[in-house]
Amino acid sequence: MKIYIPTPLRAYTATLDAVDVPAATVSEALAKLTEQHPGIQPHLFTADGKLRSFVNIYLNDDDVRYLPEKEATPVKDADSLTIIPSIAGGAPHFDGGCCL
Amino acid sequence: MLVLSRDIYDQLRKHGESTYPHECCGVLLGKSDNGKNTVLEAVPAGNTRTDSAHNRYNIAPVELVRIQRQARERSLDIVGFYHSHPDHPAQWSATDFAEAHWFGCSYVITAVQEGQAAITNSFLLTGTSEEDKQFETERVEVL
Repeated sequence: MKIYIPTPLRAYTATLDAVDVPAATVSEALAKLTEQHPGIQPHLFTADGKLRSFVNIYLNDDDVRYLPEKEATPVKDADSLTIIPSIAGGAPHFDGGCCL
Repeated sequence: MLVLSRDIYDQLRKHGESTYPHECCGVLLGKSDNGKNTVLEAVPAGNTRTDSAHNRYNIAPVELVRIQRQARERSLDIVGFYHSHPDHPAQWSATDFAEAHWFGCSYVITAVQEGQAAITNSFLLTGTSEEDKQFETERVEVL
């Protein structure tokens, strides 16, 4: 199956925007991806192996977090996974200024 | 550096005026080359933060997936994002920084004062991880 890589993570996939992996489940696909491209691992997972909170994984058009079997969901060769970091933000509450 | 046409520049500023007093948001598609992000298309997105749309924005991940697919079909990449700050300066906030994860992308912010687009600034997210990331003010070149 194909895993689509977002712009900021292509630095860890030799600039590839998609990586093909043989896999039977979502978690196996992600494991294959990190085997092939180890540098991407810490950008997807925390030190204890959990998917980072701001990293979304979509199986075709479905958020894997909301699938009944989550990362154990079976996949077919024709399926695709998309890695998509979240995008959010907003104006400051009170001070109108920038920064931390 | 961020490079975009006058039409696209006007488009994203007008988006901020049209959603005032709420924040607008959208995705910038184009080409990235060694710190230079050239925008060829701006795609408006919905703000899912209807609970606090005057000072928060969020683009639904499924919408991002679709936009990224559109980009790929046209051989473009996501090179940045834009949003507005209604009645607040065009400076990144602590929330903008905490929620920024697209390294190498431009984060464009337009201040919309009393419904009129004022200053537009762009910030490049540099670094390689959550631990060393930084926003750097970048030059905006409008062609």
